[in-house]
Amino acid sequence: MKLHLKGGRLVDPVSGKDDSFDLLIVDGRIEKLGKNLSADGSYTIVDMREKIIAPGFIDMHVHLREPGFEHKETIETGCAAAAAGGFTAVCCMPNTNPAIDEESVALYVREKGKTVCEGIVDVYPIAAATKGREGAELSPMAELAQAGAVGFSDDGSPIASAEIMRRALEYSSMYGIPIIQHAEESTMTQEGCMNEGLTSTRLGMLGIPPVAEDLMIARDIILLRYISKARYHVAHISTAGALDHVKKAKKEGLNLTCEVTPHHFTLTDEAVTGFDTNTKMNPPLRTAGDVAAMKEGLREGTIDVIATDHAPHTIDEKDVEYTQAPFGIVGLETAIGLSITELVEKKVLTLFQLVEKLSTNPRRILSLPTIKMAEGEHANLTLLDPAIEWTVNIESFHSKSKNSPFNGWRLKGRAIGVINNGKARFM
Amino acid sequence: MKLKSRHLLGLDGMSKEEIALILDTAVSFREILDRPIKKVPPLQGKTVVNLFFESSTRTRISFELAERRLSADVVSFSTAASSVSKGETLKDTARNIEAMKIDMVVIRHPAAGSAHFLSRVVDANVINAGDGGHEHPTQGLLDMYTIWQKFGSLDGLRVCMVGDITHSRVARSNIYGLTTMGAEVSVCGPNTLIPREIEKLGVKVFHRLEDVIPRVDVLNVLRIQLERQKSGLFPSLREYHRFFGVTKEKVAKAPKPITIMHPGPINRDVELSADLADSEHSVILQQVTNGVAIRMAVLYLLGTSN
Repeated sequence: MKLHLKGGRLVDPVSGKDDSFDLLIVDGRIEKLGKNLSADGSYTIVDMREKIIAPGFIDMHVHLREPGFEHKETIETGCAAAAAGGFTAVCCMPNTNPAIDEESVALYVREKGKTVCEGIVDVYPIAAATKGREGAELSPMAELAQAGAVGFSDDGSPIASAEIMRRALEYSSMYGIPIIQHAEESTMTQEGCMNEGLTSTRLGMLGIPPVAEDLMIARDIILLRYISKARYHVAHISTAGALDHVKKAKKEGLNLTCEVTPHHFTLTDEAVTGFDTNTKMNPPLRTAGDVAAMKEGLREGTIDVIATDHAPHTIDEKDVEYTQAPFGIVGLETAIGLSITELVEKKVLTLFQLVEKLSTNPRRILSLPTIKMAEGEHANLTLLDPAIEWTVNIESFHSKSKNSPFNGWRLKGRAIGVINNGKARFM
Repeated sequence: MKLKSRHLLGLDGMSKEEIALILDTAVSFREILDRPIKKVPPLQGKTVVNLFFESSTRTRISFELAERRLSADVVSFSTAASSVSKGETLKDTARNIEAMKIDMVVIRHPAAGSAHFLSRVVDANVINAGDGGHEHPTQGLLDMYTIWQKFGSLDGLRVCMVGDITHSRVARSNIYGLTTMGAEVSVCGPNTLIPREIEKLGVKVFHRLEDVIPRVDVLNVLRIQLERQKSGLFPSLREYHRFFGVTKEKVAKAPKPITIMHPGPINRDVELSADLADSEHSVILQQVTNGVAIRMAVLYLLGTSN
């Protein structure tokens, strides 16, 4: 592989570069980085004028469904969707069957990731915080960390017991690995299938109150203050109230971070009107006030990461009564388009800040090696066209599942290529 | 004038003109019900299927009668006899029935949105006969019809829905329909059974019957389900009856007699005292009669517009 990325805008938060550069890439390494480079005819020229060269994007919240639910997604189809969506790495959640709660499953997932899609997408398992994700006993965190787990989470369910959360924070703190909380006070959310508020009142559906999220985060922050060496990350934050707790805790200097999904900064619960089950996810779509708070949180930096919570379900599973449908939507192939359309175009984030939230920040939170844009370094890149307009078509998704509420949406910006582990893919 | 949609999924979003059209159409069908021969031919050759995934006596019989009186061929199907217990999805059940070439489907289902769902997967006209806590549009229409017949107008009339508003599709359909027709709508019930932000639907909220009784023309009393007590939403039926039960004694304090309605079935002496339910101010049985006329009107308007 010999590539000449010609005339692109390099956006690299690590070095602080945001300027026009050429890159020569040979066998997966950056051979040369400079202005207006010339190369001999053996290099394939990639015209990058008006395009972006960024460090490889990582989606730190993905459900790959393997092992156990291969009818929804496999590590292979999930990685194909990731690459097509512009990600060179994903972190997969442990709610598989069996759950990723012991070494062998973590190793299986990690190793399988190397064999699919030519290994272009790095697969980093997030292991269960408790055995079987049942919230009762700690998972073997040290062994799981050795097997490559980069975070611990019972995602899909909260770590509900305060005692277990305390012990999980204490134990994981020995290894510097974050506890990733699906923040939900489940005693308040039993029958809910959408946000509780005016829209649920109108539609006659039982709601998931926003305070159920706020409460769990408030509790966890109090625990974190007590176990200050631990690291805590809020998955898919969705309410203005929860964000406010995170902001204050950050100001206090506590060791916590959070992520938001593209759907939570794009859609409100009014999208549920009409009962499309592709608007059903957990946490649910919230109000316009919450969406505005998510954007403000991204802008001012309280929100560190954009992650999709890519949750594939088959058409048959989703094509049922709203109350019966499973929670979740796919997100890998619409994340960049939604982020550029909703955030960059609307001046919420600069492209530079967007790259931080899709690459630099999540890698730092998960203690993954920094992607260095320098000669001799391993090339791990996402290439973007921020100006291209395109229409979302679920039929062209690489994911096995098509459960997206964005089918038919016009979006601006998408990935045009990914380069990682000596491989390159162009879309 | 015609209805805008080929389905009746709810009264939310329906225009004043459309509601008036249904009520006006029901007048002539109501007259037919008093004739010695109660059958008319408009739906001759049409087949209507009543899909009832939740037990119901009154609504199912009312729909069946309405369909037969319009000369439709009628098939009814309820959960006990259905294939739902065999694990078939609603979509498959509906498509299989439609493959038998039917024209209209009436659906009652415990999940909110199931009538919307059905209207997306079948070609037949869909009539919502109650979807979870969402809507029960024909009940809302027959309630409005009953009030209209009694008072001559809905505009400015003061109607209060009493009881469990959170779980009530009847309350919602009444709220949407009545506010559209210019009535002044309020709700009264324990705070734990009033859904959040309901004021934004244009209704006033009360928690004491004493505050409501002096200022309403109609009390529409909803059935209270014992399950709600078990899930912690109110303490006991005794307390409920004492504080939210509508009794002769309480309504006697009104400046003029209040009209009493109830969608049925009544828990006598729980949400509504027996003497009041049977009193001259109760229009509960008129509601039932009018229900047939309203359903005939809806079936007629949807079934003959294609």
